[in-house]
Amino acid sequence: MSALLEIKNLHVSVADTEILKGLSLSVSAGEVHAIMGPNGSGKSTLSYVLAGRDGYEITNGDILLNGVSLKGMNPEDRAIAGLFLAFQYPLEIPGVTNMTFLKTSVNAVRRGRGEEEMDAASFLRFVREKAKALRLDDDMLKRPLNVGFSGGEKKRNEILQMSVLEPLMAILDETDSGLDIDALKTVAEGVNALRDTQRGMLVITHYQRLLDYIKPDIVHILAGGQIVKTGSAELALELEKSGYADYVGEVVA
Amino acid sequence: MSQAKQNIEKETVEKVQSLAGEKYKYGFSTDIDSEKAPKGLNEDIIRFISAKKEEPEWLLEWRLDAFERWLTMSEPEWAMVDYPQIDYQDLYYYSAPKSMDDRPETLDEVDPELLRTYEKLGIPLYEQEVLAGVKNRVAVDAVFDSVSVATTFREELATAGVIFCSFSEAVKEHPELVKKYLGTVVPKSDNYFTALNSAVFSDGSFVYIPPNTRCPMELSTYFRINEPNTGQFERTLLIADKGSYVSYLEGCTAPMRDENQLHAAVVELVALEDAEIKYSTVQNWYPGDEEGRGGIYNFVTKRGDCRENNAKISWTQVETGSAITWKYPSCILRGDNTVGEFYSIAIGNNYQQIDSGTKMIHLGKNTSSRIISKGISAGKSSNAYRGQVSIHRKADKARNFTQCDSLLIGDTCSAHTVPYIETKNPSAILEHEATTSKISDDQLFYCQQRGLDAEEAVSLIVNGFCKDVLQHLPMEFAVEAQKLVGISLEGSVG
Repeated sequence: MSALLEIKNLHVSVADTEILKGLSLSVSAGEVHAIMGPNGSGKSTLSYVLAGRDGYEITNGDILLNGVSLKGMNPEDRAIAGLFLAFQYPLEIPGVTNMTFLKTSVNAVRRGRGEEEMDAASFLRFVREKAKALRLDDDMLKRPLNVGFSGGEKKRNEILQMSVLEPLMAILDETDSGLDIDALKTVAEGVNALRDTQRGMLVITHYQRLLDYIKPDIVHILAGGQIVKTGSAELALELEKSGYADYVGEVVA
Repeated sequence: MSQAKQNIEKETVEKVQSLAGEKYKYGFSTDIDSEKAPKGLNEDIIRFISAKKEEPEWLLEWRLDAFERWLTMSEPEWAMVDYPQIDYQDLYYYSAPKSMDDRPETLDEVDPELLRTYEKLGIPLYEQEVLAGVKNRVAVDAVFDSVSVATTFREELATAGVIFCSFSEAVKEHPELVKKYLGTVVPKSDNYFTALNSAVFSDGSFVYIPPNTRCPMELSTYFRINEPNTGQFERTLLIADKGSYVSYLEGCTAPMRDENQLHAAVVELVALEDAEIKYSTVQNWYPGDEEGRGGIYNFVTKRGDCRENNAKISWTQVETGSAITWKYPSCILRGDNTVGEFYSIAIGNNYQQIDSGTKMIHLGKNTSSRIISKGISAGKSSNAYRGQVSIHRKADKARNFTQCDSLLIGDTCSAHTVPYIETKNPSAILEHEATTSKISDDQLFYCQQRGLDAEEAVSLIVNGFCKDVLQHLPMEFAVEAQKLVGISLEGSVG
């Protein structure tokens, strides 16, 4: 069986500077992979290029989701194909309630898949159930999207979006950044609740502590735009002790 | 391309050759025999219009007086709009479908071609259909070029004592009311365009709500310009007598043409003691094409007078059309404890130019006003908010709150805010807030990552931005307005 997400020898340039230099990895359904790396190793570039952001140019290699190349596909079509990115810095949209945004999003994806759109009443039931499962307050659905949300609320809201969109492949970009330990636990609980045999996850993080709560099946170390080491969950613990210095040196040399 | 967009395109491409077809679905024209006054403007034309309408002598004199004043005036130049000199002698000032000549008594007698036009525009002229179709009934006065084609629900309104008819009919049937109120809110020579309108106005709506009456349904007027090279100069007069309430909505569209067309309307509102008027506008005149060709020049004067104590006037406008918008719906807060409100969304795309805002003139004690203005600029458009808050000497404890927000899409458009605030009474409390923001690439990408295409994302963000204003529109129009906001901005992001 082929992998859910397959990244093959990926080279990516931003404004003519090569950031990813031949990155390869593959995630199968049901697996949670973690990507750890120092600042400037290309972690954010990887999440953006997977989601199809403008300005991230693939100069070589390919990204396959369920065997289909994502090259040249715009961000909304990738979302429709089942790719989800939980943002490191979720954006605010004043005047648009969380509920409206979720409904617009879910229906855009359903429309894109040729499925029937959900009416207001059934969507309300659906989203309330999801929020309840994540122990989110109904009140959060009525507030404008991310406006005035605390750091923890924003990240939990990303997880709620993931939960209603039910993606095949979820990428979590530094979901732990800016969270205190309690918020981190809550967010991790939400992510764990969404682990599924049909779903792949790629957890991108700088620190090991997130992985105390989201146990990855496989850990990759990203440095200098390449995966320099792949191992089990223990690799993250080793890294916590020894730091990134070894790997950074390796690439530079 | 989305399905909806394809449908709109199919509908219009048949009717118009213009490339902008997919964006402006009201751009078709109706092929109909019209009777026109000769081109140009002089006393004879005014006499012609007045005679056509079988007007009394006093009104003809009123028109001629306005014309004399107009001749001594010049076009205002202070607005941030730029357009070629208008040749006022190269316009038709009166155009009416020939079939309207013998004054049809019922809809069955109205030219089917005209009825089809309104059907295509989605304006319900048949009362039975309205009764069957929607929960909230709306009475409509349909104005086509210079004449009113039909006014619905008149009998039912009459049982409540409400007068709702075309201006021409009001002159004939309720001359005492017209004479008493005409020109008392917007004087003939208020400005260049009001003088012009007063001289040549053709038709429009007249509304009178008797004392202590809540108008039993929404009233609306739908203005349609059809004939090329013709100016439309309508005049609306609305009087809410003591203790009454009315909600009124006007809508406007025009065919797509390469040349510009002039629209110079005057709206006067009078609210007597304890009365309340809610006046909403969805202005969707043809805005011109992507290159800035064609479109309506919209020079409009709207003013409401809270003439007696405790009266309230609320303006809500959604301005998406016109090549040039020059419009400042205002409130004169004459009575004590009167309230004036202005809620506005003004959207400019391509080469549209907007200079719009309001005036709140506080004359009475404890008067309060509220201004919420949302300007959106995209393409190469320019969008200026111009507002005046004036607190006069006797206006003790007057209050005003103003909020002006501008949203920019792209980097070739502009937004301007020009507030004038003057107070001659130290007890006044005035607040002014203004923001300017831009739709960021980050916001768009975020929405796209959640499955929305770029245009859907812009529409969502802009609707959020406008929410404070949209919620003041009557329910049945709010949804339409939301869609319109999205359509107006199509093509604004690449």
